[in-house]
Amino acid sequence: MGKIGNEKKITISPITRIEGHAQVTILLNEDDSVKEALFKVVDFRGFEKFTEGRPFYEMPSITSRACGICPVSHLLASAKACDAIVGVNPPKTAILLRRLMHMGQLIQSHALNFFHLSSPDLLLGFDSDPAQRNIFGLIEKQPELAMRGIKLRKFGQEIIEKVAGRKIHSSDWILPGGAKWPLTQERADYLCANLPEALDSTQKTLEMYKKMLEGLEEEVENFGNFPSYYMGLVTPDGGLEHYDGKIRIMDKNGKVAAECVDPAKYREFIGEAVEPWSFMKFPYFKAIGYPGGAYRVGPLARLNVASHCGTPLADEELKEFKKLGKNGVVQSTFHYHYARLIELLFCIETAKKLLEDPEILSEHVTSKALVNNYEGVGVAEAPRGTLIHHYKVDPQGMITWNNMIIATEHNNIAYNMAVTQVAKKYVKAKQLQEGMLNRVEAVIRAFDPCLSCATHAVGSMPLDVKLIDANGRIVDHKVR
Amino acid sequence: MSVNIIKLKIDGVEVTVPEGTAILKAAKDSGIIIPTLCNLEGLTAYGGCRLCLVEVSGTPKLFPACSTPVGPNMEITTQSDKLKEYRKMAVQMLLAERTHICSVCVADDHCELQAMANQLGVDHVMFERNWSQDEIDSTHDFLVIDRNRCILCTRCIRVCDQIEGVHTLDLKLRGKDSQVIMDLDEHWGNSCSCTSCRKCAKVCPVGAIYIEGEPIEHTKKRDIAEFIVERRNRR
Ligand code: FES
Ligand SMILES: [Fe+2]
Repeated sequence: MGKIGNEKKITISPITRIEGHAQVTILLNEDDSVKEALFKVVDFRGFEKFTEGRPFYEMPSITSRACGICPVSHLLASAKACDAIVGVNPPKTAILLRRLMHMGQLIQSHALNFFHLSSPDLLLGFDSDPAQRNIFGLIEKQPELAMRGIKLRKFGQEIIEKVAGRKIHSSDWILPGGAKWPLTQERADYLCANLPEALDSTQKTLEMYKKMLEGLEEEVENFGNFPSYYMGLVTPDGGLEHYDGKIRIMDKNGKVAAECVDPAKYREFIGEAVEPWSFMKFPYFKAIGYPGGAYRVGPLARLNVASHCGTPLADEELKEFKKLGKNGVVQSTFHYHYARLIELLFCIETAKKLLEDPEILSEHVTSKALVNNYEGVGVAEAPRGTLIHHYKVDPQGMITWNNMIIATEHNNIAYNMAVTQVAKKYVKAKQLQEGMLNRVEAVIRAFDPCLSCATHAVGSMPLDVKLIDANGRIVDHKVR
Repeated sequence: MSVNIIKLKIDGVEVTVPEGTAILKAAKDSGIIIPTLCNLEGLTAYGGCRLCLVEVSGTPKLFPACSTPVGPNMEITTQSDKLKEYRKMAVQMLLAERTHICSVCVADDHCELQAMANQLGVDHVMFERNWSQDEIDSTHDFLVIDRNRCILCTRCIRVCDQIEGVHTLDLKLRGKDSQVIMDLDEHWGNSCSCTSCRKCAKVCPVGAIYIEGEPIEHTKKRDIAEFIVERRNRR
């Protein structure tokens, strides 16, 4: 995409309240209007390289360390790739438990994004004092809502903990071919007892959000509101799915553009471009090419590609949601927030369904097998979108090659489109204003990117902004 | 045959033990626990890890308690600031020598090195780490050796020789380059002497030798020391 030539340039770096470390550069034309904005990722950790030579069964544990927010999604995608290498179907109970654990992950992560990271903007205002515009400001102004968020996130973490033993990195529970230990009655009862409150909080929050949306037309209109392709897993009958199923790619008009029934063949559908100015790859829909084949993943994309959720309350909400777009395709990035809340509802309903399954307490959770295939692909829907782990091993099961495509990466082209749109609307002069900076950040935050994951990199998140003019001179620079 | 009984002092406490008893055992018999890593009751002492160093009055030298016999009227100190420093340093050297990343290790939470580091309060490694990248041998049907995690305690070698009685395992090279090998440096899967008894995995204090697909707590569940002593006595 954009070359950094003689245009003027604004750089926002790093972005706050997202997971990881990034920079935004805004290029100005001669007349100081915005030409284009680029979202760059500046860290690199190289998981793909340093896992070479490790035994395949260590991969869930190693790769889940790529991220402290969505480790369970990595764990599952990785375990599924390992299942494929041993060529074994995990016992039904192991799948139920893995799914339950994943619901915990989604609840935890979605609650974190909505309540802790995004709602300060939504509830306290985009132009409010940045010192107040955070979870602590929220606790002060809206204590009840903040509490709900904190409790919901805790509930998500508790699901993970009860299933797998630890709140965050619970990698020793999962095994290629299943899981190590079953769920106890006592733990299941504990989770069941906490479901009603979680459901109630989510419904209340959703109601509140829908009301609030009426005052946010400008944001909806300008926060990454553009057509693109959408990608996500769906069940065999096209419903919302996070653990298994087929990859569906949908176009801007709601037509199914491609379906990858065997996710192991993802490379027939997805290409990966590289740009010299970013460590993050640029995946695109192969049938269209780069960069025209830009697609989005994550909550918004999942609700776009799915025809239904499959749980009663979420299905009601989905019907209403789909009315926001033409042919049921909702295209404003701002609606990621809305989609996230509907998924939250879906996850809680699904957790309930899973916990009520008579087989969830069965003791048979492990299938044993050695290396039978030398290649394996695992796909899961992480909170932020489709997550692909692809490994090749030698006959001894040592990793010889590894490719991970992370949710955040899929959205890479879309970030640039979204940031450009926001910059065009809000950058007014050769100066950086707080409200504009915050909106640029907010549109990125709406996607809920996880840059730790995307570059397999770590970093902290202060904010550093650069504005560079048509001659390549820095005309404004802010650090906060 | 009569055994000479001798008197000595450990941490100020008077102790009487048969001559030739190792300091470690003399201390243990009177309830004083000295930290150890390479030592395993039932196997011969090796004296490789230097965790069990103690002070003996009258000499500035430190002695490994596991492999030093008591002497008459010895005055032994097992706990002091100096010893603690040395022990911490020994653990740090072990951690720096190869690649120890607890969070992704099979033995996480069931590792004697990790436990020792915690116990001694080792919260950082002051030496530059080597980050070894040795090839992992998983050619055996179920036993795996990841030499990057090996601390060269030789427990596996000793148990293979002294208890199982086959001596499949041995050491090649010297110092930090030392490696545990099978037969004449064969891949494990090609070893003609290995009886697949799993004792090596059971005694490994870290995650260097483990059983593929078996939870480590399962492998190490049995009270290994007791198990070995019992086997030993049976012979
Ligand atoms: S226990 Fe004495 S040197 Fe290792
Ligand atoms: Fe992540």
